[in-house]
Amino acid sequence: MTRLLVILALVFSAPALATPGPDERLDDPALEARARALYAELRCVVCQSQSIDDSNAPLAADMRAVVRERLLAGDSDAEVRAWLQERYGDYVLMMPPVQGNTLGLWLFPVIVLIGGAAGIVLFVRTQKRRVAVADREDDAARASALTDEEGLS
Amino acid sequence: MTRLVLFVPLLLFAVMAVYFGLGLREDPSEIPSQLIDRELPPFDLPPLEGFDAGLSSRDLRGQVSLLNVFGSWCPPCAVEHPMLMQIARSGAVPIYGIDWKDPPGAGTAWLERNGNPYVRVGDDSEGRVAIDLGLTGAPETFLIDRAGRVRYRHVGVITPEAWRDTLRPLVEHLQSEAEQG
Repeated sequence: MTRLLVILALVFSAPALATPGPDERLDDPALEARARALYAELRCVVCQSQSIDDSNAPLAADMRAVVRERLLAGDSDAEVRAWLQERYGDYVLMMPPVQGNTLGLWLFPVIVLIGGAAGIVLFVRTQKRRVAVADREDDAARASALTDEEGLS
Repeated sequence: MTRLVLFVPLLLFAVMAVYFGLGLREDPSEIPSQLIDRELPPFDLPPLEGFDAGLSSRDLRGQVSLLNVFGSWCPPCAVEHPMLMQIARSGAVPIYGIDWKDPPGAGTAWLERNGNPYVRVGDDSEGRVAIDLGLTGAPETFLIDRAGRVRYRHVGVITPEAWRDTLRPLVEHLQSEAEQG
């Protein structure tokens, strides 16, 4: 039980450990907010599935330092991104940019969605038609059954 | 026609299987270098403790050379070191070093203990030049041509195989290219 608690405590404290240390804070709250937003957009190149905001790898700390430095130097958010992109390529961005070689990546879900929706519409339509035809046949059968019963024919 | 539609999922599966199959062959941790065929970013690093000369990007002009990034804290670098010593002894190509994020004195102690294969070593204690180089780890080695451009990047340990099959042929190719140019 104790062991389980320890494990749970460790699991839930991990994000707290990973957040950038207090010595990394910028004095200007507006700049700090921009820095934090940028950290979340930039990939830690040694841990890859984490942003530099999530990672406590030394290289991620260096990259955060660079981001703060660029912001203090008056760079716009786009300029900071471009600066790191020039060195690490598109990989450094958590969200891949929309461009020639990523079109498939961006369009595929849309294509699947449209295709799926079209499939469902087609399926429902054919089903409806089938049911309608079956209904009509049913009606005809019942009508003839009724007329038979009452001996009208 | 309607029968053929039934094969669409199978076809989709086949396409995805091929795609992911190819993906398995790639190492996702290897981020392609942005520096290939570009000039080395300018830097001017101070010397390690006890050395006279640091390393500037200008030192890497006019000859084909290797630029090796290491750190005394990096276990694979210890594995790589004997290979660097061997390359240096063979005189095949000059090797320059960047000591990445080492505490003061650690790089010097490392070179005293393991031997010094480098013509010059720069001390990148802050790791800024490493980021300019787009470094993702240590060791990493850049092959620089005579014009000071990065022509190839080797990620990880230079194994004897990597040297024999990849780096040495590239070095020789660039050296002959340099002689002609």
